[in-house]
Amino acid sequence: MSANFGVIVFPGSNCDHDAYHALAHVMNAKAQFLWHKDTDLSDIDFLLVPGGFSYGDYLRSGAIARFSPIMQSVIDFARKGGPVLGICNGFQILLEAGLLPGAMLHNEQLRFVCKQTHLRCETSDTLFTRTIDKGEVLQLPVAHGEGNYVTDEDQLKKLQDNDQIVFRYCNSRGETTQEANFNGSVDNIAGICNEKRNVLGMMPHPERAVESILGSDDGKRIFESVLNELAAV
Amino acid sequence: MYKATVNVTLRKSILDPQGKAAHHALTNLGLSDIKNVRIGKLIELNIDADSKDAAFDIAETACTKLLANEVMEDFEITIHEN
Repeated sequence: MSANFGVIVFPGSNCDHDAYHALAHVMNAKAQFLWHKDTDLSDIDFLLVPGGFSYGDYLRSGAIARFSPIMQSVIDFARKGGPVLGICNGFQILLEAGLLPGAMLHNEQLRFVCKQTHLRCETSDTLFTRTIDKGEVLQLPVAHGEGNYVTDEDQLKKLQDNDQIVFRYCNSRGETTQEANFNGSVDNIAGICNEKRNVLGMMPHPERAVESILGSDDGKRIFESVLNELAAV
Repeated sequence: MYKATVNVTLRKSILDPQGKAAHHALTNLGLSDIKNVRIGKLIELNIDADSKDAAFDIAETACTKLLANEVMEDFEITIHEN
């Protein structure tokens, strides 16, 4: 049986249809939307928390969405080992929900940044990156105003020691320079996973990079890894 | 009824990009005596509680659960009798 992907829709989500398109039409996976008031995830094998501006980013990005009815089910799903991918605002929601450590500040330059970026894959030891080599460079777009990842030194060391940093911003040659770190994130962090390695949060948008006509299809690499992994279960 | 005012500020150890930008603009305005700017949020809560202490506890719960993110923010609560 093929895996069932759930794409959560909050009021203000705007990458939900891109995510659905990438999964259902490009990757030919079985996907469905889940309204933020749904709570039954019993037939879901993979959860995608998409980008956007849930609840208008009021208070802090992700802070209100974190208390949507579906979120308690998402937390239970993740605690039981269910795979969860949070992209952009989805990453911010997972941070607010405590499924991933740290928080997001306004970009260092205070500007909303919408552009193509390069990411270096830092570990193949997650279901999201199993088929991507460590050190490989992907080109994915970003579009965010609050992607300046912050955490204290102890937590950063934990992330480094546990191999939880999954993607770092880099240049096209894979060098994690300061210039490549356009939003000011600590240690060039673009994506992290939890200790159990089943929850990934990332600011860049793989779902917007699944067709080469749109600039890059490197985002497919992540979905390929996930599909490969879920097929093997 | 009590009124709680909550000040939410970025933790001291965290660089405040908005404060930095505002400071830069103030310096350009000639207000060079201002040496630092930190920008936070002021939140007012009207609370129906039996005592000042009870109102404080409710405001504190609101802060830790939602209004502040303690990974990056500190909060300060003041309770006023209405």
